Amino acid sequence: MAEKKIRVLVAKPGLDGHDRGAKVVARALRDAGMEVIYTGLRQTPEMIAEAALQEDVDVVGLSILSGAHMALAPRILELLKANGQEDVRVFIGGIIPDEDMPRLKEMGIAGIYGPGASTEDIIRQIREAINK
Amino acid sequence: MRNTSLTQSVLEGNRLALSRLLTQVENESSDGRAALAELFPHTGRAHLIGVTGAPGTGKSSLVNQLTLYYRKQQDKRVAIIAVDPSSPFTGGAVLGDRVRMRDLSGDNGVFIRSMASRGSVGGLAQTTAALVQVFDAAGYEIIIIETVGAGQGEVEIARLAHTTLVVEAPGLGDDIQAIKAGILEIADVLVINKADRPGVENTERALRSTLELAHPTKRVFRHHGQAMSIDAPEPDSKIWIPPIHKTIATDGTGIAELADSIARHAAHIRQNGDWAVRDRARLGSELEAVLQSELMKRFFDRVQKEKYEAVMEQVIQRNLSPYEAVNQLLNGNPNQEK
Ligand code: B12
Ligand SMILES: Nc1nc2c(ncn2[C@@H]2O[C@H](COP(=O)(O)OP(=O)(O)O)[C@@H](O)[C@H]2O)c(=O)[nH]1
Ligand SMILES: [Mg+2]
Repeated sequence: MAEKKIRVLVAKPGLDGHDRGAKVVARALRDAGMEVIYTGLRQTPEMIAEAALQEDVDVVGLSILSGAHMALAPRILELLKANGQEDVRVFIGGIIPDEDMPRLKEMGIAGIYGPGASTEDIIRQIREAINK
Repeated sequence: MRNTSLTQSVLEGNRLALSRLLTQVENESSDGRAALAELFPHTGRAHLIGVTGAPGTGKSSLVNQLTLYYRKQQDKRVAIIAVDPSSPFTGGAVLGDRVRMRDLSGDNGVFIRSMASRGSVGGLAQTTAALVQVFDAAGYEIIIIETVGAGQGEVEIARLAHTTLVVEAPGLGDDIQAIKAGILEIADVLVINKADRPGVENTERALRSTLELAHPTKRVFRHHGQAMSIDAPEPDSKIWIPPIHKTIATDGTGIAELADSIARHAAHIRQNGDWAVRDRARLGSELEAVLQSELMKRFFDRVQKEKYEAVMEQVIQRNLSPYEAVNQLLNGNPNQEK
């Protein structure tokens, strides 16, 4: 039997075009041996949940630098749940003010990363979350 | 038991069940295998369309447009398997084909699945054919398979698909190289995408002349003075001559005509028996592949590791040829294949 690969959807919800972080993280996860599905810019929460369903991912990684995370994150979590994918871990990176972090964690976001976050930390924490 | 209900849910159209089963099959788990066995009687209905060609020629964009066409004009359910390469060093992959397929989101009649090649070199993954079977059983009428597109040697797709599209694009630097690569021989339909770009005529000319070499029969027809154009073979002709289509996948130009050729190809091979021949060949090679890996597994289950390594060492020392070594391994193990 082939080993189980960690599958990650890296998505950029919202209308901003900051895609460097998403690409850097996608490549880092690939180099860590994961299979990364990259969906590109301007994804709606519905598109993200649909892709997560079709790709049967273990992790959804959102890159949000527009400031819209408090609207986007809960909607995406809600859709994943409605599809029966409440076991999928959701990580967020980008520009997330400190004061929003507790609320996001409470909602069930598994990890939050800002500018300069080390990709090694991201990789390790994704692995830990999966093996929990 | 648990899995029987999973296959049942797949047959009933449950998308989460389908997705989970695809994962099991892709991971070659024993549950996945059992499910494949249950689903197998429900397969054999879909039209399998392969899309190959160098990276960047617009395969994913074309798949997007073709799928829109099948949905809007024919109301057919479409599954897409898009294969991208795994890194040979880390085993990881970035699968980016969905970026070009965003028009298809929000439609429950479409299911897109990205696949990493996981060490396979022929443009598909080891389990692509098995995933096709799952989609086929789940009632998808059209299954489109986009290959890695590394260029050379992607003949596996022709073995898997009923209809294979080879995609070229002008100005990719080296038309001749791509065309020379022998990939034309697997084409049922040729697509020159990016027809909005300069150099289309050159690409078309190069394709036509290569095509004549690959299909010398066409010249015979010409000798007999038949006015048979290369892109409009007579419907009742026994020989299928791959038509050439010019498309612009970013705006949909030429897609209806392309879909029409694909349909004519399907009708043609159904009529001349080639559809059945291809099904036989595909199932035959699947059977062979399974047999091969099963025999290997049985062999390795039985042979002593030390013995294998000792013989291998002999080969490395050039004391035994690989043939002699295999002979010794198989005959030195009389329980083998009982
Ligand atoms: C480069 C940049 C741009 C480039 C973007 C180029 C591109 N293709 O990405 C350009 C010049 C186009 C640009 C434009 C704008 N920008 Co700008 N931009 C930046 C800048 C300077 C750096 C962003 C970047 O690329 N960093 C490098 C990457 C690698 O880091 P990162 O994205 O943060 O990613 C890391 C982590 O966040 C995390 N991460 C990120 N994503 C993910 C995903 C997952 C799954 C995980 C686990 C982790 C993770 O890991 C990464 C590695 O450490 C930031 C300021 C800053 N210091 O962040 C402003 C910034 C993001 N921009 C900003 C703004 C306002 C704009 C504009 C609206 C400006 C304007 N008025 O026109 C426009 C918007 C354009 C548009 N179409 O959307 C603001 C956003 C403010 C906010 N959210 O409150 C910022 C914060 C600047 C500021 N201080 O005001 N920008
Ligand atoms: N000008 C032009 N660009 C196209 C066309 N089709 C695709 N592209 C662009 O070519 C690039 C590669 O397309 P993609 O579908 O990803 O190619 P693939 O690698 O073969 O799957 C993308 O930037 C597309 O937008 C076309 O017909 N004309
Ligand atoms: Mg592609």
